[in-house]
Amino acid sequence: MSLIYPKESLSAYPAHLSPGYRSTVKRSPSKPLMIVPHTLSELTGPAFGHDAVQDGDADLTKQHKGEPLGERIIVHGHVFDEDKRPIPDTLVEIWQANACGRYVHNVDQHPAPLDPNFTGAGRTITDKKGYYKFITVKPGAYPWGNHHNAWRPNHIHFSVFGQSFLTRLVTQMYFPGDYLFPYDPIFNSVPDEKARARMISSFDLENTIPDWALCFRFDIVLRGREQTPLDTDKH
Amino acid sequence: MSEITPSQTVGPFFAYGLAPKGRCQWDPNGSYSWKETVGDNLITPDATGQKIRIEGRVIDGDGKPINDAMIEIWQADSQGRYAHARGEQPRPNAKFTGFGRSATDKDGVYSFDTVKPGAVAGPNGARQAPHIVVCIFSRGMLRQIYTRLYFSDEAANASDQILALVSGDRRSTLIAHKEMRGALPVYRFDIRVQGDNETVFFDI
Ligand SMILES: [Fe+3]
Repeated sequence: MSLIYPKESLSAYPAHLSPGYRSTVKRSPSKPLMIVPHTLSELTGPAFGHDAVQDGDADLTKQHKGEPLGERIIVHGHVFDEDKRPIPDTLVEIWQANACGRYVHNVDQHPAPLDPNFTGAGRTITDKKGYYKFITVKPGAYPWGNHHNAWRPNHIHFSVFGQSFLTRLVTQMYFPGDYLFPYDPIFNSVPDEKARARMISSFDLENTIPDWALCFRFDIVLRGREQTPLDTDKH
Repeated sequence: MSEITPSQTVGPFFAYGLAPKGRCQWDPNGSYSWKETVGDNLITPDATGQKIRIEGRVIDGDGKPINDAMIEIWQADSQGRYAHARGEQPRPNAKFTGFGRSATDKDGVYSFDTVKPGAVAGPNGARQAPHIVVCIFSRGMLRQIYTRLYFSDEAANASDQILALVSGDRRSTLIAHKEMRGALPVYRFDIRVQGDNETVFFDI
């Protein structure tokens, strides 16, 4: 069985050039991209065993001696394909700012404190039902140099693989009701409002743990539909 | 209407999560150790075939190096087989994953140590020339861009069906050039994201 990956699905994506986000101006291809058939090279992709992650990698609050400061949260959801079939055994990686809006990366010069108990990197493998779960703290908003008084909405960076090299997705998860949405050129680079909404997690009261942590649900939908077997299966 | 989750930029700070080892600068004192999931050395103890190194720079539309890009590669083993879950079969190179990740350094340089892939199945029953699929992420890229790396010393390039779709004057942007470093073949593959000599990128 092979998958097909309709290109129309990519209409949900931002354009490569989105001048409101200044760095795209010199970092987007200026010549038309070449349309080529999907061969075995595109239709296959890396597989990850459960040894790709270690115990504790999905709990960002337990990676150091003490607990990080900030609001403890659970972030969970399912990884699906376009037909809502779960994607099992796929690697999900996240990275994020600490509760003050500061990344540990030394290029980040935002004058907010680092938290010695928080790195902000996590990873896990989805289970048989495509389910993943992280425990972390809510990342703070932070300023950036794109334009005067530019601030990023609270977000967690996500990297997901799926079943081929074409389903590879790097995205950002946002939090419901953020007042910075109207001003963020990265969030608004996605042209369709409904598509933008799919990057916003929902508050999950049912899975919030009393006296311990708020919960947010973020389902991720990757390219690809299951279809009748293709010729490439012979190889 | 598509229901997929839109892409967003990897941003400038991915390295401590996705590519923490090697040339990444975020952790001078090692106090925030984080083991990498996937590195830039694909060579496993059981990998057969010609060991090679791939090196190149990522360059923006002003000709400046992009020092915060992440390059991922996907390739077949030396016998032309992808380590894809759906095509699993007993074989040599069982540990060879064919997947690698490298963050560019301050000069925009990335590199991989790997083995040269064999020819893989292509459209219409033909075989494709040995190649590697290359995927580029960076601050300033709202979505990844894909290209292919072919090898300058492969006669099969002349009959490759994907290369044949690329206009003659741009085909050279997909060819990695071989030089020898002692006994090690090093293939040079610069990626020009924009401009006169722009690398051919694929709409896949
Ligand atoms: Fe960020």
